[in-house]
Amino acid sequence: MTDSSLEVIPAQTEQPLPDAPDNWKRFFSFSTDHKVIGIQYIVTSFFFFLVGGIFAMIIRGELITPEADLLDRPVYNAMFTMHGTVMLFLWTFPVLVGLSNYLVPLMIGARDMAFPRLNAAAFWMVPVFGVILMASFLVPGGPSQSGWWAYPPVSLQNPTGNLITGQVLWILAVAISGVSSIMGAINFVTTIVRMRAPGMTWFRMPVFVWTVLSAQIIQLFGLPALTAGAVMLLLDITVGTSFFDPAKGGDPVLFQHFFWFYSHPAVYVIILPVFGIFSEIFPVYARKPLFGYKVVAISSLVITGLSGLVWVHHMFASGTPGWMRMLFMFSTMLISVPTGIKVFAWVATIWGGKLRLDTPMLFGLGGMVMFVFAGITGIMLASVPIDIHVNNTYFVVGHFHYVIYGAVVMGVYAAFYHWFPKMTGRMYSEGLGKLHFVLTLIGTNLNFFPMHPLGLQGMPRRVASYDPEFAFWNVLASLGAFLLGMSTLPFILNMIGSWVQGKPAPGNPWRAIGLEWLVSSPPPVENFEEIPVVVAEPYGYGKQEPLIATDVHSLEASS
Amino acid sequence: MNRKTLLTLGGVTIVLALISLWMGQQAYTWFPPQAAAEAQLVDDLFSFLVTLGTFIFLGVVGALTYAVLFQRVGRYDFSDGPPIEGNITLEVVWTAIPIVLVIWIAGYSYQIYDQMSILGPMEHVHMGMATAEAAPLSSADQSVERIEVRSRQWAWEFYYPEQQVTSTELHLPNNRRVKLVLQSADVLHGFFVPAFRVKQDIIPGRVIDFEFTPIREGTYRLRDSQYSGTYFAAMQADVVVESPAAYHQWLTAAAAQTPTAAANPAFEEYNRTTKAAINPGWKTVIPAPPPIVNYSAQDSSAKDKPV
Ligand code: HEM
Ligand SMILES: [Cu+2]
Ligand SMILES: [Cu+2]
Repeated sequence: MTDSSLEVIPAQTEQPLPDAPDNWKRFFSFSTDHKVIGIQYIVTSFFFFLVGGIFAMIIRGELITPEADLLDRPVYNAMFTMHGTVMLFLWTFPVLVGLSNYLVPLMIGARDMAFPRLNAAAFWMVPVFGVILMASFLVPGGPSQSGWWAYPPVSLQNPTGNLITGQVLWILAVAISGVSSIMGAINFVTTIVRMRAPGMTWFRMPVFVWTVLSAQIIQLFGLPALTAGAVMLLLDITVGTSFFDPAKGGDPVLFQHFFWFYSHPAVYVIILPVFGIFSEIFPVYARKPLFGYKVVAISSLVITGLSGLVWVHHMFASGTPGWMRMLFMFSTMLISVPTGIKVFAWVATIWGGKLRLDTPMLFGLGGMVMFVFAGITGIMLASVPIDIHVNNTYFVVGHFHYVIYGAVVMGVYAAFYHWFPKMTGRMYSEGLGKLHFVLTLIGTNLNFFPMHPLGLQGMPRRVASYDPEFAFWNVLASLGAFLLGMSTLPFILNMIGSWVQGKPAPGNPWRAIGLEWLVSSPPPVENFEEIPVVVAEPYGYGKQEPLIATDVHSLEASS
Repeated sequence: MNRKTLLTLGGVTIVLALISLWMGQQAYTWFPPQAAAEAQLVDDLFSFLVTLGTFIFLGVVGALTYAVLFQRVGRYDFSDGPPIEGNITLEVVWTAIPIVLVIWIAGYSYQIYDQMSILGPMEHVHMGMATAEAAPLSSADQSVERIEVRSRQWAWEFYYPEQQVTSTELHLPNNRRVKLVLQSADVLHGFFVPAFRVKQDIIPGRVIDFEFTPIREGTYRLRDSQYSGTYFAAMQADVVVESPAAYHQWLTAAAAQTPTAAANPAFEEYNRTTKAAINPGWKTVIPAPPPIVNYSAQDSSAKDKPV
């Protein structure tokens, strides 16, 4: 924010390794450096990814046999509720905020986020609501058992009669998460709008920055709806208002509108930055410019706009009249147009390139293919007659796990490997990385493909027991889940091992084009000794042109 | 483009199209039997989307696979690819094609939904061309009584108002338009018969009309599809589709029986100690007592396995 050269800390020499005695501590402090905060987000959320993964394996342990024999039914219901909640609010959202935090200021040539203190405060709310959520295992009656949707009237039922229940703690955690996300969103939008380096016009921004902007705008308009719904639910539970309680004249379907008005766009908060990651990675490892850069950039904003108009597709089989079903079917299908544009652009970027299959590229390609599959089942779900059959079955669970594990988790792994040298100053092990990729790819498909036939045959989601005819595909899915659990081991080994004793990384190991690759690895505390002046579009692969001006005067020439 | 590329492209397209058509046919085998007229409509639509989806998926994956196999760079080759930044024609084409497809799919889905005319919430008139023919089976217009479906945590109960019969098994006449009235006493439940491909959430405080036409005799499974709390998974019932004669016979016989408490898995499970390995003893909502009905479902192991 300041351009006083006195404050610029020289690169490399004073940049400590995180395991150096005085300095690993900064990761446990109220640091306002966006890079430290980014890594704090990433490590914290990965911890919760493992927690949510253990819940998932417990769920799949129950489902490996048709009877409810491993867990008492309330425990099963608590497990799937907590699994969904942890994976969304404590893993997917924060890990992407972490990556964005780390990358956005570097990519736009800024020294930090617009509001560094707000940034740190937003991060420190994550462990707080994580603890609140976990504490709900300790209250009488256990954690919330109403699913991550928390639909009333089930979420209003309180068999223990206590005031502080798992459900109340759940609402509290989600509310704090919402506040943290709004703080983050304000920070990101301001940073991107106000803090770009000179010469970095809108159409010189990397696509990742475009997608973060689009995603964070969604947070700003969507979260108030979720918050309103959550507050009304809390009032219904604690002080006996009757917004949603049909026994007192309330309307439970109203809650569904509040919930999905946010939670559908939320899936785009998740996928958009992953589209950004794909768009960053494919050009580097195919050595070609991103095909149709401007269209890809704009289509993110189009998705943001459309995502606010489709929420009812989660309620097709609910209290939704026919005309509304048809209307939202059409709007939902429209989203596949900007999405399709991106997919075709990636294929065209890769096509005819000089491909190098390093681990980030493998995860990128795998994630993209899984995304295409999920997009196709998504269109099927958008078609009302089909959704009437498969709504609330495992088909839906299959669809969104292909997106969220297949595309999002794979995309996040791609990003971890790609920017690991930048973040840590060390190279990771390719061998372990490839092993991790193979295990993840097999595990994801083994776990989530069987859910599609199960759903078509009519197995409902959220069941602790099922008819024996569904056993075959469930056994496969459970084996896949355990394999996915295993697949994190080479990853963890790789990350910790390489951070501690990996080969030192150069500033730009991938010969990538982008401002973050012009600084040392890891970058100095204030990123840029001198704020760069951008003179070219991103992704100039094969064009032999400079990205930044070597002296300030060439700015005039370029603009 | 020269002739050779055009020929190759044409050949690839034909092969992909053939595979996709074959997949579309396979799709019919992924479902339970088509026990309702609606099932035929839904399966046709699904088959169409599988055909289209397979084509797109194989197209994308095929191109990527080719690139991964044949466009890899040598270990010491540090050159860049051609700096192609875009192609307006191509971009217009691949924007236009999805738009056309979307309109096509949405139009087709609309048609199918209109033909199903399953009603559902707040919709007591047909959409679009509202005629008797809109119902999927014109022979099914012989109206039957409206059967009440009563749901509660965690039991299904069916009430036939004319004979004043209650039952925990849903009996339906074959080849007749069936009219149901869906009600819930407590939380959301979902009426879902996979073999019929129909589903509707049941919302407490509302009465929802629901229609469909069974076309195949047999025993099918009705499952609660909207999560309804602790014993949600145990909330299932059998649906027996039989000839209208057998149906009326069943109704008369059931009317003559004095009501007794039916078997109810949720209630029974609640009242015995659980066998589950992990059980911290968290309090749950107490299940409603078993329904008192004229006809209670037999042990389903005695019958043909429902689907
Ligand atoms: C082509 C684009 C897509 C279409 C047309 C689509 C369509 C749908 C529809 C209609 C449903 C509701 C199904 C039901 O509950 O009966 C659904 C569920 C879901 N989708 Fe997608 N989807 C698309 C892409 C995505 C993306 C990109 C994500 C996330 C990153 C996503 C995540 C989800 C999730 C999480 C659910 C289920 C939520 C729940 O029920 O718990 N989808 N999708
Ligand atoms: Cu959605
Ligand atoms: Cu139910």
